[in-house]
Amino acid sequence: MRLTNKPMDNAPHNDEPLSFNLSGVWAGVKQSIPINIGVFTYGLVFGILARQAGLSLTESLLMSGLVFAGASQFTALGLWVAPLPVLTIILTTLLVNLRLLLMGAVLHPWFSRLNFFQRYVSLFFMTDESWALTMSQFAKGKRNAAFLLGSGLTVFVAWTSATGIGRTIGSVLQDPSRLGLDFAFTAVFIALLVGLWKGKADILPWIVAAIVALIAAQWLPGKWYILCGGLAGSLIGALRHAD
Amino acid sequence: MQIDPTVLLTILGMALVTYGTRVGGLWLMDRVTLSKRMEAWLSYIPGTVLVAIIAPEIIKGGPIGALAALATALVAARSGNLLLAMIVGVGLVWSLRTLLGWV
Repeated sequence: MRLTNKPMDNAPHNDEPLSFNLSGVWAGVKQSIPINIGVFTYGLVFGILARQAGLSLTESLLMSGLVFAGASQFTALGLWVAPLPVLTIILTTLLVNLRLLLMGAVLHPWFSRLNFFQRYVSLFFMTDESWALTMSQFAKGKRNAAFLLGSGLTVFVAWTSATGIGRTIGSVLQDPSRLGLDFAFTAVFIALLVGLWKGKADILPWIVAAIVALIAAQWLPGKWYILCGGLAGSLIGALRHAD
Repeated sequence: MQIDPTVLLTILGMALVTYGTRVGGLWLMDRVTLSKRMEAWLSYIPGTVLVAIIAPEIIKGGPIGALAALATALVAARSGNLLLAMIVGVGLVWSLRTLLGWV
């Protein structure tokens, strides 16, 4: 998701009223229907892959309900081998979700005016999709900060219910590799990566990430190559922003 | 109800760091201002982490894997549909393996 200065330019002035009420929640619910079609199919895939990775139905639902962050959950499944690399999974989750820090920071001009509970309950439900929708509302001059909560609640329902259904349907699949399903992880990650493409500036960081990951996969145990490649590539990207 | 204690610990850890990233940005902005370079660094991470996951998998998958990876990327770029892209990639791996006699 590209971050620009645009939303900041529309930051509210101190004398403008900012509301947080049910009509804002409802607006968020209504306008999130299209994104939830995507979220639902994505959740089905997650449920199916969670089964293949060996998660029980309860464990799958717990992860979708408590973590509630698609890309990092898929990444965790990719790391899901016995014995479970607990620390690697948690650190990788942190790395994958660092973008949420930026998104939360961009909400500051509006959310700094909410009370403790309004802020920290709403933010649990912040996803890429709901955040983008909310920012577009603010940019249009709408001043109801409960929009994020309404949108986030619908995404939460779509994501967790689809996880449960996918996890259950997944039981139909017997031998994944015969059907090419061992490639499903890689395919999902590739599709997610395509969505992250922002332009030429990504070329060098991505090449560095790939090379470092390939080298690290040769020399380091487990899945540390993901952290090595991810950090090396992103640092190269940051270094090029020398100004 | 089937929950492994290690799995529960992992999920709770994931939940905690994720919630931390959700609230951390707003919390920090009350206190500091990020440098442009820090912002740039953060913005590259999701992409580079995914590249790092994918690259060894594609090498492991051989020519069939590489071809399917390319097809998956093209479908994802054209349609923007994750499920469709996955179906095309998996379908291609399945059909090529079947045609070429289970490589």
